Amino acid sequence: MEGQSVEELLAKAEQDEAEKLRLITVHKELELEFDLGNLLASDRNPPTGLRRGGPTPEAELKALARDNTQLLINQLWQLPTERVEEAVVAQLPEPITRLPREKPVPRPRPLTRWQQFARLKGIRPKKKTNLVWDEVSGQWRRRWGYQRARDDTKEWLIEVPGNADPLEDQFAKRTQAKKERVAKNELNRLRNLARAHKMQLPSSAGLHPTGHQSKEELGRALQVAKVSTASVGRFQERLPKEKAPRGSGKKRKFQPLFGDFAAEKKSQLEMLRVMNSKKPQLDVTRATNKQMREEDQEEAAKRRKMGQKGKRKGGRQGPGGKRKGGPPSQGGKSKGGLGGKMNSGPPGLGSKRKGGQRQGGKKRK
Amino acid sequence: MRPLTEEETRVMFEKIAKYIGENLQLLIDRPDGTYCFRLHNDRVYYVSEKILKLAANISGDKLVSLGTCFGKFTKTHKFRLHVTALDYLAPYAKYKVWVKPGAEQSFLYGNHVLKSGLGRITENTSQYQGVVVYSMADIPLGFGVAAKSTQDCRKVDPMAIVVFHQADIGEYVRHEETLT
Repeated sequence: MEGQSVEELLAKAEQDEAEKLRLITVHKELELEFDLGNLLASDRNPPTGLRRGGPTPEAELKALARDNTQLLINQLWQLPTERVEEAVVAQLPEPITRLPREKPVPRPRPLTRWQQFARLKGIRPKKKTNLVWDEVSGQWRRRWGYQRARDDTKEWLIEVPGNADPLEDQFAKRTQAKKERVAKNELNRLRNLARAHKMQLPSSAGLHPTGHQSKEELGRALQVAKVSTASVGRFQERLPKEKAPRGSGKKRKFQPLFGDFAAEKKSQLEMLRVMNSKKPQLDVTRATNKQMREEDQEEAAKRRKMGQKGKRKGGRQGPGGKRKGGPPSQGGKSKGGLGGKMNSGPPGLGSKRKGGQRQGGKKRK
Repeated sequence: MRPLTEEETRVMFEKIAKYIGENLQLLIDRPDGTYCFRLHNDRVYYVSEKILKLAANISGDKLVSLGTCFGKFTKTHKFRLHVTALDYLAPYAKYKVWVKPGAEQSFLYGNHVLKSGLGRITENTSQYQGVVVYSMADIPLGFGVAAKSTQDCRKVDPMAIVVFHQADIGEYVRHEETLT
């Protein structure tokens, strides 16, 4: 008995081992190609089990996925590992497959004004040395920039030229010139940028009054001046005949093209419901038409009866009878008809109304 | 291409509701797919979600039309229904007018319907109600506005206009260039 149980135990242990091995070993005819840098495994085995057609074989797909993932993870476990904050981390090698571009290729920018000019004249960039020998400080200094070789703003002695005003500050003049050059450069850079992105710079056309402004420039200057208050022009009064400026509102924002379709549907249905509820339940024209129709029918019936009576009684009395009976009967009948109909009007019409609901407040006078 | 704003949707629904009334919700809420209205170059198109996704891949200036054009918004933001919407209005029409065979051709050339050409008209049509015009063989020919209520139609003389012409299927030939 014990021997049997021991044998059984051993057999069972062996079975378990085999099971474990089977779980992690996968047999493939063709080896997979691994790109561990991208965590990619490519399986080139022909998918014979999957090409049968008919409904998708879920079980086979699942088994295939499990096998391939197992192989990939086996490979990952063979990588060199390191410990990072109590976690064992594998060091991935460099990725082999090159991924395609995420964004489209940038389109070529338009040339700047200098580039256009240089191209026109055939000017090529001259190769210049990085450092220049500076006599004053006795060392090699860079050509431009911080602590450059010939910085004329850093001169300690400037001779006043012969034709200049003796009381003028030459140092301030030089720093001023430098600032103007920097500002001009910045302006040109922005202009080049605006040309590249096809945007418009805010122009200062009318803002420097010269006395020879055009009407448009003056108008623009006026608009800019209006908006240049602390409240951005909100409380500025307009002249008596001045019109409001066009296009000074915010740009409209629309819903996205593929918004939530269900929400769109719901809001539209809601709008319909509101529209329908706002319509008057008692349609006055329909009421009058119905009234007219009933009156016509009654009159026609009365005339027919009068005609029959007249024919029976005789020629003379017939018309007389008709004439006499006509107006008073019409007047009486119509008044009575109206009176009679007044009470039965709304309920009768109510049955024809859409919702079949009674609107107490909307009785016809 | 963009969805309609609240204001535009309201104007459009009011116009369409003149012809089909509360059946409009059957156009919005369809069991066989999600359909929506989109605005492109001032024209309103009724398009299924599938086609919309495909049309989104075409640039705006190259896109001519998508789905069914229901109509367009004029420069003063009024909505004008085009005949291309007839296929969707005819099955849900509340008020119908049938036209005699003799007057059919006149209507298809863009003229109004006279009393002499009127075959049948639905009961209790009110004046200036939107109506769909049919031939005697129940083929939808177009739509219009009732010039007289059903009551008045009975009393009026044969040369009077009973239906103002709004759109007819003859426009497919006459206004081929402007319909998208």
